[in-house]
Amino acid sequence: MKSILLKLHKAFESRIRLGIMSMLVVNETLDFNALKEYLELTDGNLASHLKALEKEAFIGIKKTFIGKKPNTRYYITPQGKKAFEDHLQALQALIDLKE
Amino acid sequence: MKNKQSYLQDLAEVRAMMERSSKFLSLSGLAGLLAGLYALLGSYIVWRVLGFDPAKPVDLVSSFWGIPEALLAPVAVAVGVLFFAAGTAIILSAGKARSKREKLWNPAARRMIIQLLVPLVCGGTLALIFMARGMAEVTVSFTLIFYGLGLYNAGRFTYGEISSLGLINLVLGLLAAWKPAYGLLCWAAGFGLAHILYGIYMHYRYER
Repeated sequence: MKSILLKLHKAFESRIRLGIMSMLVVNETLDFNALKEYLELTDGNLASHLKALEKEAFIGIKKTFIGKKPNTRYYITPQGKKAFEDHLQALQALIDLKE
Repeated sequence: MKNKQSYLQDLAEVRAMMERSSKFLSLSGLAGLLAGLYALLGSYIVWRVLGFDPAKPVDLVSSFWGIPEALLAPVAVAVGVLFFAAGTAIILSAGKARSKREKLWNPAARRMIIQLLVPLVCGGTLALIFMARGMAEVTVSFTLIFYGLGLYNAGRFTYGEISSLGLINLVLGLLAAWKPAYGLLCWAAGFGLAHILYGIYMHYRYER
């Protein structure tokens, strides 16, 4: 039981961060506006969650331009993917355990 | 420590987010039904009013913009059906997206449209090239086959049922190539009947 709990990453305790990771795991890249729209968040709120994930090196940033407008795209890093998958497995294990 | 209910909710959230961000789920089923009705009407006009038979040889001497004159009206009807069907799909899907408080033109929609358009534009161009040579029977099967391929691809990025609709059109396209005399019937069955049945099914399954 304890060993499973250790696998739950505290970065994913927030459901919003969990949502961001879920979307990035099935999309090669997503831009800020797309994330904002799916999660229905304000700019500041989303930015702070993204920053937290970036600090863990779970997501990366690609800055490009669409015409003259800057466009920030986010992608999941290999260690981000690994941590996310471990977290999901731990969740599943905890659910199975208690039955 | 959180309880089991909250772990379950986490997993449900993960699944929902994966699906919402990778699949275009605002596609209107009702639009499929209407597209089918337009196609049936179009097939009827081409068959009854214009007396078009794709298996009959075409007079190539008189032509307009490279398309034999005898084929102009059937091509115009087909393009008209496509135009109205696409317009209806866009308007009704926009309404569905709005009612879900989502944008119509999101990353998932873009991906689905690209999957659909690559085979569709290629097939449409090919159909026009062969039309210009008066080979109407090939054209009928090409429109069905390439549209079917497009839907089959697009199904990965929207409701999976779209892939099945694509396969039905593919098979009917091959049938039309094999038996050109039944070309128009295959066209009506694929673009018309199959879309109507699909639209009714989707409407009752997802939109009520």
